[in-house]
Amino acid sequence: MGVAIATGAYAISFGAIALAGGLNVWQTMALSLLMFTGASQFGLIAVIAGGGAPLAGAATAIMLGARNALYGLRLAEILRVSGLRRLGAAQLVIDESTAMSIGRDTDRAARLGFYATGLGVFTLWNIGTLVGAVGASWLSDPRALGLDAAAPAAFLALLAPRLRGRELWALALVAAVVAVLAVPLVPVGVPVLLAGLVGVIAGLIPRKRAPSHPHEPNETGEPDDQPTRDPS
Amino acid sequence: MTTWIGIAVGCLGCYLLKLAGLSVPKSVLERPAVHRIAALLPVVLLAALIAVQTFSDGRSLVIDARAAGLAVAAVAVWRRWPFLVVVALAAVTTALVRQVIPGS
Repeated sequence: MGVAIATGAYAISFGAIALAGGLNVWQTMALSLLMFTGASQFGLIAVIAGGGAPLAGAATAIMLGARNALYGLRLAEILRVSGLRRLGAAQLVIDESTAMSIGRDTDRAARLGFYATGLGVFTLWNIGTLVGAVGASWLSDPRALGLDAAAPAAFLALLAPRLRGRELWALALVAAVVAVLAVPLVPVGVPVLLAGLVGVIAGLIPRKRAPSHPHEPNETGEPDDQPTRDPS
Repeated sequence: MTTWIGIAVGCLGCYLLKLAGLSVPKSVLERPAVHRIAALLPVVLLAALIAVQTFSDGRSLVIDARAAGLAVAAVAVWRRWPFLVVVALAAVTTALVRQVIPGS
């Protein structure tokens, strides 16, 4: 129930922010039906709203969706799907369905958690998007309502639960500074991709264990791929 | 039209990533660096999106009413208020600042 309300609210804000960013209702609905992964959808509309190239928006969305591939790795053993079922199940691989699936006692419960959450979130996400998009399409000037500030606030709510440990805070800060400094120098949309490059480089540096702080296990900044429930 | 191309490429890419996870042999993606990058990408991209969307108009750096909205949102996130409250507070704050300081 909590997940349902959170999903609906998150979807309504997505629909409204997409319209405020210049997309029409059809484009907004296409994203929720076909892309169906919240952070990526927000990333794409953010780049387009800022006047960036749509392909830069697509690249941002794809990088934000990379974690879903790792969720799929874990889910493959639980779901054991092939053929058409796999093509369908793949679309439901998101933060919420993974969180509700892994760590269950039996495979049966894990599968139920995956499909029930995936289909439930899919339904609510699309209804919410439609409500938000149609509602915002009636507004004459979304900027007067401050809707252009709603997107960064949404990103902040998505980012906060991921900032576990000092290294991740530092990395986020570096990424933000790199992106802002790049704004006057490169085409719109590229600053965010440069920040993505910062993340790739940071990920390629082998982690040093810090045995001098054995009592601070959360401060090593070692990221994991635990799903973070998108709307916390 | 180009917006539709961006949407199509983005949707296809995101779907193929989901499908790849279910399809490829575990050894292909089961590397520490891949896991680290996949976990770090949302952090750096979201941080960059927040900064660019708040402090630029796309082409140059600006500080306007959106900064006030983000500050209020930060407090709301820190207090662990619900998602919709965070977003609504940011929007309302920004709108109010624009009422008080026209053009911001």
